[in-house]
Amino acid sequence: MALNDPPVPVIPAPIWRNFKELQEWEELHKTRPEGDKHSPVFESLTEGIHNFPGGFVVTTAADAFLNWARKSSVWPVTFGLACCAIEMMATFCSRFDVERLGMVPWASPRHSDLMIVSGTVTIKMAPMLLRIYDQMPDPKWAVSMGSCANSGGPFRHGYHVVKGVDRVIPVDVYVPGCPPPPESLLNGLLLLQDQIAHFKKTGRKAPPNEKVD
Amino acid sequence: MNGEQARASLASTFGVDIAAGVPLVVTVAPEQWEALARYARDTVGCLFFNFLTAVDWKEQGLEVVARVDNLEENVGLMLKTKLGPGVTSCASLTPVYRGADWMERECFDMFGIHFDHHPDLRRILLEDGWEGHPLLKSYAVDTPHPPYR
Repeated sequence: MALNDPPVPVIPAPIWRNFKELQEWEELHKTRPEGDKHSPVFESLTEGIHNFPGGFVVTTAADAFLNWARKSSVWPVTFGLACCAIEMMATFCSRFDVERLGMVPWASPRHSDLMIVSGTVTIKMAPMLLRIYDQMPDPKWAVSMGSCANSGGPFRHGYHVVKGVDRVIPVDVYVPGCPPPPESLLNGLLLLQDQIAHFKKTGRKAPPNEKVD
Repeated sequence: MNGEQARASLASTFGVDIAAGVPLVVTVAPEQWEALARYARDTVGCLFFNFLTAVDWKEQGLEVVARVDNLEENVGLMLKTKLGPGVTSCASLTPVYRGADWMERECFDMFGIHFDHHPDLRRILLEDGWEGHPLLKSYAVDTPHPPYR
């Protein structure tokens, strides 16, 4: 393949949607050797930059800079589902003030990076949730807020409740509580920022976070 | 018509025993269901349709319950009818009370009771492709619903 060819990054298909169980998804993360690769041209270009004298400084600095930029402007889409949404709104308001972390609650999924699933996800709501998540541009993250979104919570055995939002979308941070106070959600958002700081464009799994894993 | 008059007239018209109190509980056969509602509206003066729901008595079958009120005279009627084992059809109250429309749709959604001559009988809360009727006792807890549970 000639070097003049423009690099064509092939975005891998979202494979997680075929998995019903969180365990299966995590198992895949463990067994997948190299992560989601881009095209061979892209790979060779990346290798070329790394092998260039001093190239690794460029790439690591660029990575760090991009991740700093990413984690400093995480815009959560306002997706309130239940009583957790009240606590989420309190977190967004002036007393806790997430705007100092660069988070602007935004009413459009197309401009957002983060979805805070705050509340019970019903089976009727799940397709809409999935659609809004799909409308968000990559890279994107999801925070599952409260017992209901984590596992179904007190409504777990109801006929209409999804037993955890991780059956619908991949989740990065789980915030426990029923509902979690704004301090808990804020802590979750800070942990998410830690995670974003380790974000790699190749899709490799972030190194374990000492604070949570 | 006050409570005592309502009790006497309902008891004589439908031939049932009614205990005094609020609400007056009137239990009739399914064939008299619509006639009872009409009587409650026109004669007793219960213009306010409060709610309609059902009870699953397992092998004894389903029971439809409706509450109507005469707010001026403070008369409340609890109308009941037992459909019998295995029966899932019942007369609709929508010709009598327009408010019964969505209540009966919900009842159909949750219990699978088909209300005859209902103008628009389809699911109201659950999605159209839903299998089963979740408030029946025979509906198992944690019934799987792929791909979400």
